[in-house]
Amino acid sequence: MDKHAILIIAVAALVTIAIRFIPFLFLGKGKKTPAFLTELSALLPPAVMGMLVIYCLKGTSFNAPANWVPVLVSAAVTVGLHLWRRKTLLSILGGTIVYMLLVNLIFV
Amino acid sequence: MAGYLALGAGFGIVLQSKGYGVLYALAMSLFIYAGSMQFVAVNLITGGASLITAALTTLMVNARHLLYGISMANRYSETGKVKPYLIFALTDETYSIVVSDEKMERKDFLTVSLLDHLYWVAGSVIGSLIGGLIPWDFKGVDFALTALFLTVFTEQVLNTKDYLPAVIGVAASVISLLIFGADDFLIPAMILISLSLMVLNLLRRRARHG
Repeated sequence: MDKHAILIIAVAALVTIAIRFIPFLFLGKGKKTPAFLTELSALLPPAVMGMLVIYCLKGTSFNAPANWVPVLVSAAVTVGLHLWRRKTLLSILGGTIVYMLLVNLIFV
Repeated sequence: MAGYLALGAGFGIVLQSKGYGVLYALAMSLFIYAGSMQFVAVNLITGGASLITAALTTLMVNARHLLYGISMANRYSETGKVKPYLIFALTDETYSIVVSDEKMERKDFLTVSLLDHLYWVAGSVIGSLIGGLIPWDFKGVDFALTALFLTVFTEQVLNTKDYLPAVIGVAASVISLLIFGADDFLIPAMILISLSLMVLNLLRRRARHG
């Protein structure tokens, strides 16, 4: 029993739950949702997803090939596979396998 | 949804490789239920981070869930007894499914939420067991998260004619990244994105109403 680990998990869970529930305390039917908030939240999804992509790529640096080649190649494979087949699982698996091959066999 | 099976397995494997087994995978995937945050949490656990650090990091990494809630507040408002679970289960993947289909109703929300959660937990447990059986650190398996976000993003861009929000999201994030650095750019990025989209919306409203 790793007490520290359990505490970290508990903290992460509680903060996440709080974040997820807060909007529902203030918004929803019966409460007036400002029009701008509705319109804004229609624009948000692709913007947030773009942000998350950058978040995942944030550790990339160009000072050594190992720090950017595997990531960018695998990202290209992921997007390319998806444009080709539009199958989520294939795109994720393909990109991940390529990445693992690159970082385990070539850019060790 | 099946992407969660693969990603969950990736998480289970990574967690196992750091010495934390099935019960931890089960607990994290049941109660935190946030892919990227769970990966980050592995680092927090192995790095001996303080609880304050854990709380602030969770806030930053998961702040986007505020936006999901804002987005779905109306459509989730009359879901009755299952509403707390639906809110709890509003993850990236579930959100990307429910937000794009205007025709979804309560039973659909529940089905998607439950299945995503199930796939995630199952994947985590399976990955944890696999990781325990195979003496290899599966280096690079956490790329699955990057791949997931890239895939969802690509799908969004393909399904729309309005490219500006996507462009704004990427541009604002890169700018924030360059200014604030990898560790601190998320909150500035979210602020910049929100402001930019508000301005965009304002300009479009003016254009519409003449």
